[in-house]
Amino acid sequence: MDLVESHQEELRFARGRVVRALLIAGVAIAIAVPFSGQPAWIVRGTLIAITAIGVLGQNLLIGHTGQISFGQAGFLAIGAYTFAHVQMLPWPLALLVAGLAAAVAGVLVGFPSLRLKGPYLAIATLGFGIAVYQLLANASWLSGGRTGVAVQRPPMEWLYWQDVLLLAIFALATVNLISSYAGRAFMAVRDSEIAAEAVGVNLTRTKLLAFAVSSFYTGVHGALFAQFLGHLEPELFNLGEVLTLFVAITVGGLASIEGSIFGAAFVVLAPAVFGAARWAVPVLFGGSIIVVLVFEPGGLAGGLRKARVALEQWPFR
Amino acid sequence: MADLPRPLLTVEGLSLAFGGIRALRGVGFSLAEGETLAVIGPNGSGKTSLFNCISGAYTPGAGSITFQGKSLLGLSPDRVARRGIARTFQNLRLFLGLPVIDNLLLGRHLHFRKNLAAAFFRLRGEEIRHREKCEELIEFLDLEPYRNVRVADCAYGVQKRVELARALALEPRLLLLDEPASGLTGEEKEEVAYWLHEMRGRFGLTLLFVEHDLRFASRLAPRMIALDRGEKIAEGTPAEVQRQPAVARAYLGDAA
Repeated sequence: MDLVESHQEELRFARGRVVRALLIAGVAIAIAVPFSGQPAWIVRGTLIAITAIGVLGQNLLIGHTGQISFGQAGFLAIGAYTFAHVQMLPWPLALLVAGLAAAVAGVLVGFPSLRLKGPYLAIATLGFGIAVYQLLANASWLSGGRTGVAVQRPPMEWLYWQDVLLLAIFALATVNLISSYAGRAFMAVRDSEIAAEAVGVNLTRTKLLAFAVSSFYTGVHGALFAQFLGHLEPELFNLGEVLTLFVAITVGGLASIEGSIFGAAFVVLAPAVFGAARWAVPVLFGGSIIVVLVFEPGGLAGGLRKARVALEQWPFR
Repeated sequence: MADLPRPLLTVEGLSLAFGGIRALRGVGFSLAEGETLAVIGPNGSGKTSLFNCISGAYTPGAGSITFQGKSLLGLSPDRVARRGIARTFQNLRLFLGLPVIDNLLLGRHLHFRKNLAAAFFRLRGEEIRHREKCEELIEFLDLEPYRNVRVADCAYGVQKRVELARALALEPRLLLLDEPASGLTGEEKEEVAYWLHEMRGRFGLTLLFVEHDLRFASRLAPRMIALDRGEKIAEGTPAEVQRQPAVARAYLGDAA
């Protein structure tokens, strides 16, 4: 056990040894990938970084705030298409606009969450996702119809560094957010709405904030995805994408930052393992949700936490 | 109450109905600054309904609730909390997934200056000030060993204390306690009675509590009201209230 002597010390970033070890390992891997000289790994690394940003955001909503939402595909699409339409702006600004557009949509979709709970909210948000998809599929002025919309794509190596750096920024911001009053309010709403209100947490504001922040992340995810693909069509944003993000959250670990990154790595790398047998991927995803929920509801991050406790107490117990 | 200073809380003619069930029928009382008042009554007499009306969880059908000269009617629970009223719950409502310290910090939530930019950039001056306040409560309620333990992993008696500490963290003017002694062992009840007594002195609190353990209630409250089937059937000192035939009937049935 270590001795904490001040509040500053307790609130310091990455105080635990395990957290620091994970952090160093993560940075080492991120730096090693481009030097591997394997283009496939650079592509995978980029995709993991992009996906992890979206998973972090949805985990804030589902894991921390406890609002089960299936609207991810809609926010992704809004982020992606907004980015495509404003790509003449300087890149950081275009990214910001894409995130904000999704955040505004997030607030609108969040309103039902003030009334609906659990599966009912999930259904309502699912409806939003489908509506966005249908809109894109039918409004060719938005989606470019059958030809789709082209997005300017920088060289892959550049994209890799850009997206890994962005992931680092988003992960750090998330760590800071959830350890602040706002993050605590999110978790308070998840654990007991009645108690949250009794201590003065405004449910409306907190839920809408969670929706706004998480959709901002997902919007940025969508924008980066558009940039990564270089080309957009509505088919990209169907229900499969919802499943992928949901699998990443569940397998990685609810309400966990490292878990979000593990989960993103899982959904990107698992299809690569199967290669030709692509039909097996949804089976694997569905199966992994069942396995995780039955055997380790904390996901990969929860398993890691348990392993750590077991290791600390070994050989006692 | 001519001898007492201005009333902090006044409840008048409060009525609440759930469909055909009339949970409260014209209940009224007033509570002076610094006073302790117990609400007693058998199960289903409307004690918790009364609390839920005051704290904003239910909207009464008729009557008025005035706190510090302003009406509380129609306010949501978080606004009532902001006005300076904290509460505990009969069956504990804690943030089970969070450690004890975070539960207390949530008790400080309404005192935080809300600044999202500071949250994203990890500016923690505000946080540290509130943590210091929480440490005082942890020390006061002997919660040191559980500081970083998830509340779900704490024993019931400890959870009960955490809920009390969280309510105190709000620094309320009025504290509503719903059965502070229920589910506790004899020894734990003694402790709670001691803490409540200490708290009143230390934080200058006004206390309104529901209890059906008459002995516990009479030890803490110089004055009590008794409810039965939603109606106020008695008011006065513990001895006066317990002498009322209506109270004995409510507790023991018509044979008494």
